[in-house]
Amino acid sequence: MTAAARAFVQSSWQELRYRADALSGALLWALVVSFLVGSAVSSPDHFAVGLVVGSVYALAALGLTLVYGVLRFANFAHGDLMMLGGYLAYFALTGAVVGTRRDVHLPRALDSLPGASERLGDLTFGYGLLVAAVLSALALGLLCIGLDRLVYRPLRRRRAGVVILAVASLGLAIGLRSLMLMVWGPNPRLYVEGVFPAHRFPFGVLLKSDQVFTFAVAVALAGLVYLLLFRTRLGKAMRALADNPDLARVSGIDTERVTVATWALAGALMAVAGVLLALQAQLNPQLGFVVLLPVFAAAILGGIGNPVGALLGAMVVATAQETSVGWEIFGRQLDPTYKPGVAFVILIAILLLRPRGLLGAKT
Amino acid sequence: MADSTSKATVLEVSGLVAGYGEVQILHGVSLRVAEGEMVAVIGPNGAGKSTLMKAIVGLVRPQAGRVLLRGQDITGLPPEQVVARGICYVPQADNVFPSLTVQENLEMGAYLVPKQVKERLERAFALFPELDQRRHERAGRLSGGQRQMLALARALMLDPQVLLLDEPSAGLAPRMVEVVFAKVREINAAGTAVLMVEQNAREALKLAHRAYVLAMGQNRLEGPAQELLGSPEVARSYLGE
Repeated sequence: MTAAARAFVQSSWQELRYRADALSGALLWALVVSFLVGSAVSSPDHFAVGLVVGSVYALAALGLTLVYGVLRFANFAHGDLMMLGGYLAYFALTGAVVGTRRDVHLPRALDSLPGASERLGDLTFGYGLLVAAVLSALALGLLCIGLDRLVYRPLRRRRAGVVILAVASLGLAIGLRSLMLMVWGPNPRLYVEGVFPAHRFPFGVLLKSDQVFTFAVAVALAGLVYLLLFRTRLGKAMRALADNPDLARVSGIDTERVTVATWALAGALMAVAGVLLALQAQLNPQLGFVVLLPVFAAAILGGIGNPVGALLGAMVVATAQETSVGWEIFGRQLDPTYKPGVAFVILIAILLLRPRGLLGAKT
Repeated sequence: MADSTSKATVLEVSGLVAGYGEVQILHGVSLRVAEGEMVAVIGPNGAGKSTLMKAIVGLVRPQAGRVLLRGQDITGLPPEQVVARGICYVPQADNVFPSLTVQENLEMGAYLVPKQVKERLERAFALFPELDQRRHERAGRLSGGQRQMLALARALMLDPQVLLLDEPSAGLAPRMVEVVFAKVREINAAGTAVLMVEQNAREALKLAHRAYVLAMGQNRLEGPAQELLGSPEVARSYLGE
């Protein structure tokens, strides 16, 4: 083959790849938008619940994608850390741990403060839980920094590969789950016991006040994270470090400090996500691992490492999971127990068709 | 400027030994850069030119030898501290943050002087007007030449005492190479000492005051750039004649 012919083939091939990439991107966007609009119109009730669940996934996926972007590894302990955040808030609120026959309580906890359990408006909880959530966010941020020092940083310094880091995080996940089982037992726990009515909204949407609260808190926090990442010196340094660690260092960015800040932020986000998840469902040592999959699917669908993508991906995955309850497949309604399966299908499809997701960087 | 001995030395490298893991690439390289000087390092592929740059800025830890900045020993310091002392570096590839905007890239260049970011941004945009029009565009969308300009501008944000350039012409169209080299000359003329590694030996020698020829991780030749340009050995081995 002559050089000219080879150059022609090569440039045509590149052109083709470029077009295929643009096409897969356009297709994915079209699918996502038509799915969101379609499910919002056909089953607004499930869609609304999906948005609430999605806002919790979004906080978790933000933390996951930040850690992935800055430190370049998939943290499988993310779900269990999130659950631990939920339990830490529970512990701060009630002071309860599991005992041989009955729970053992600390002499004092937040709910022994005057009025801490009085319901705030129509919400199921009092200010005690809000304080507990803030304390849990601080504690989990510190814990993440500590775990990084203890587990991940030594591995990074030895230039361990992504697989080794991922497996280490899996081990950490199992350890954390066992710890939660030991301290709080296998039975589900709730912040507040009781049955609370839902409110009617237009289009047949039924939501509890706690769910509206969850959505509002998650959206506000995601907005703050966005401002941090795109408007502050520290946030820009995080993005710079995610883009190119060596170039960040020769720009004078202290990567160690940025890493610590990233863990603190991710830890705080995980804790809040854990509290909101427990508010939505329950505290359960197994739940962290169950939500890990949809959270990964959300981060990858949005484009791993991209915070805006994580938000968008979380909404798509969660609404898909929730509306799947109404889907008919071979004439039968899909059972709700298949919800995690829906996230799994999305994850596989994205990895096969467009690994960089909606907003991810080209590799 | 050819009389470099009369000027104060800014950067001095002596007997530098460095490599990656078990593989040793530099076997004792020495060079010096004087105030306001432009020094080129040329040599074939694999001579250790890029490793030399990385060892000076601290991305690769030297195993032996010394790096002195105005007489101060900075050997083996981590990159963020080397930069803080006044050595800024433009890597050969991946020298911008692609997902950050042009302006954010420059802000990262001025990370160590947060109070002076505004004025330095304006100064950079005055020096590189073509970047001014693309302030809010992501760096990943820039053309090769524009990226190289941005990389230069980023490295200049801290007013370095020495600017290290690793193959500034790599991957650029010939017309862009001229533009980039003209910019480098302008930067040097304004007083910044430059140490440049180049594959494009002829152009580099035309630009530089002095040059070193590196081969197999060792100093081979050195002298005023004009003399090297006229030397038969250099012509035969490195200029493709």
